[in-house]
Amino acid sequence: MSWTYPGIGHNFPDVASRSNTVTAPRPPRAAAARPGSVYRSSVGKKAVMAVTGAILVLYLVAHMVGNLKVFLGRADFDHYAHWLRTIGEPALPHRVFLTIVEVVLTVAVILHMWSAVSLARRARRARPVRYAVRPAAREHRYATHVMRYGGVVILLFVIWHLLDLTFGAVNPRGGGAEPYDKVVADFAPSHWYVTAFYVIAVIMVGLHLRHGIWSAFQTLGLGRRRRQRGLRLFAGTVAALLVIGFVSVPVMVTIGVVS
Amino acid sequence: MGMKLTLKIWRQKDGADKGRMVPYELEDISPDMSFLEMLDVLNERLILDGEDPVAFDHDCREGICGMCSLVIDGTPHGPQRATTTCQLHMRHFQDGDVITIEPWRAGAFPVIKDLVVDRTALDRIIQAGGYVSAPTGSAPDAAAIPVPQADAHDAFDAATCIGCGACVAACPNASAMLFTAAKVTHLGLLPQGQPERYGRVTAMVAQMDAEGFGGCTNTGECTAVCPKGIPFETITRLNADLLTAARRS
Repeated sequence: MSWTYPGIGHNFPDVASRSNTVTAPRPPRAAAARPGSVYRSSVGKKAVMAVTGAILVLYLVAHMVGNLKVFLGRADFDHYAHWLRTIGEPALPHRVFLTIVEVVLTVAVILHMWSAVSLARRARRARPVRYAVRPAAREHRYATHVMRYGGVVILLFVIWHLLDLTFGAVNPRGGGAEPYDKVVADFAPSHWYVTAFYVIAVIMVGLHLRHGIWSAFQTLGLGRRRRQRGLRLFAGTVAALLVIGFVSVPVMVTIGVVS
Repeated sequence: MGMKLTLKIWRQKDGADKGRMVPYELEDISPDMSFLEMLDVLNERLILDGEDPVAFDHDCREGICGMCSLVIDGTPHGPQRATTTCQLHMRHFQDGDVITIEPWRAGAFPVIKDLVVDRTALDRIIQAGGYVSAPTGSAPDAAAIPVPQADAHDAFDAATCIGCGACVAACPNASAMLFTAAKVTHLGLLPQGQPERYGRVTAMVAQMDAEGFGGCTNTGECTAVCPKGIPFETITRLNADLLTAARRS
């Protein structure tokens, strides 16, 4: 069978009669729903990313506010850093609260990355042949780049950051120094390149959150047409405040305000 | 005096063929022609020259059937917002333009020939739950089932989806989320859709994943190219329903 439009001569290819046609593959069927299978669906993985992302954002807010203690001076900053290890004492043994936070954050980061990698691989498989022409960004194309490639940059930064200020392995003062000394030594004017690296990384985090916070609300089903402007504003504001707060410490050390 | 155009068109004999871009020169194209009429002109010439005409999908040519497709210069349905390819006119192009025409690109939409892709994956998503199991008989009394005005509007906005698949073609992840969300929203907002609401969303998302579409990452590329302007809000409504379904199960 072949259709020919009078005057147009457009021949629709007849799939069944083509000599090289093999039996059509069976159409894919979804597996029967099992409890918990929703969280393994593409939408469920985004929900995992939204919840773990929210945990990480809340941590970042606390972390940023804590950092600002550096402007109150050496005694306040070091006392604050010490207090983090004694939260909950004597009900909780020494450093238990901090360890719980570390475990929760590690699990959140792993689940967040696992979902992201899984969705990125699914996306790659979903478009085996790419377009010859890609237009200038239509909507929020920047999001896919900032989230995926930006996420990898953030991961590398976090690894450096932990080696630097948590374990002290790459800190000029080493692991045994007081927190205030480590910060001042790290971002000293002669170490301007470390400051530059931190500033760039924190801006990447800001761009990640600008889309990520808004996106998390959508994924958790909380976005509505009338709320979109407000949610974008909220995501942008939280991202901007975090960037300003985080960037202020290394920059102020480098220009000599904190020493 | 008509327009002179260079078309670069994806030619692919069948699913097994590798395919390639083939350039064609066209002269004397009227700015009042639709994009598909312009391709008809090319095909008439190819037939007279004894060549294989370019296969492309089309049916109603009035923007309501969802058959026409084409990624034109990288944008599904071309540069005009909220317009199907059949309703796109050549006056939106310039004399001397080079226009690249590609099929929808997605693993779940295998190329049948040239610019024609197999979109039955979308039909199977609908079969998985995009319906209401209710006796249809004669039309019920209009006031028998009250529907809030706002819900009626939102449901109708979602119901205008023509199933063309431009959302998949535009999505950086080749996700069919906007298509699926449009149906989930349409039925989920109306009283007739309530009994199957949560089973529907779970089954449709599972089928969407099984078809090999990518996952949604909220980029919004889909609504930007949707010829019917299906709102992004449908996606967040689907997410809400799926999470509710997960809690209930």
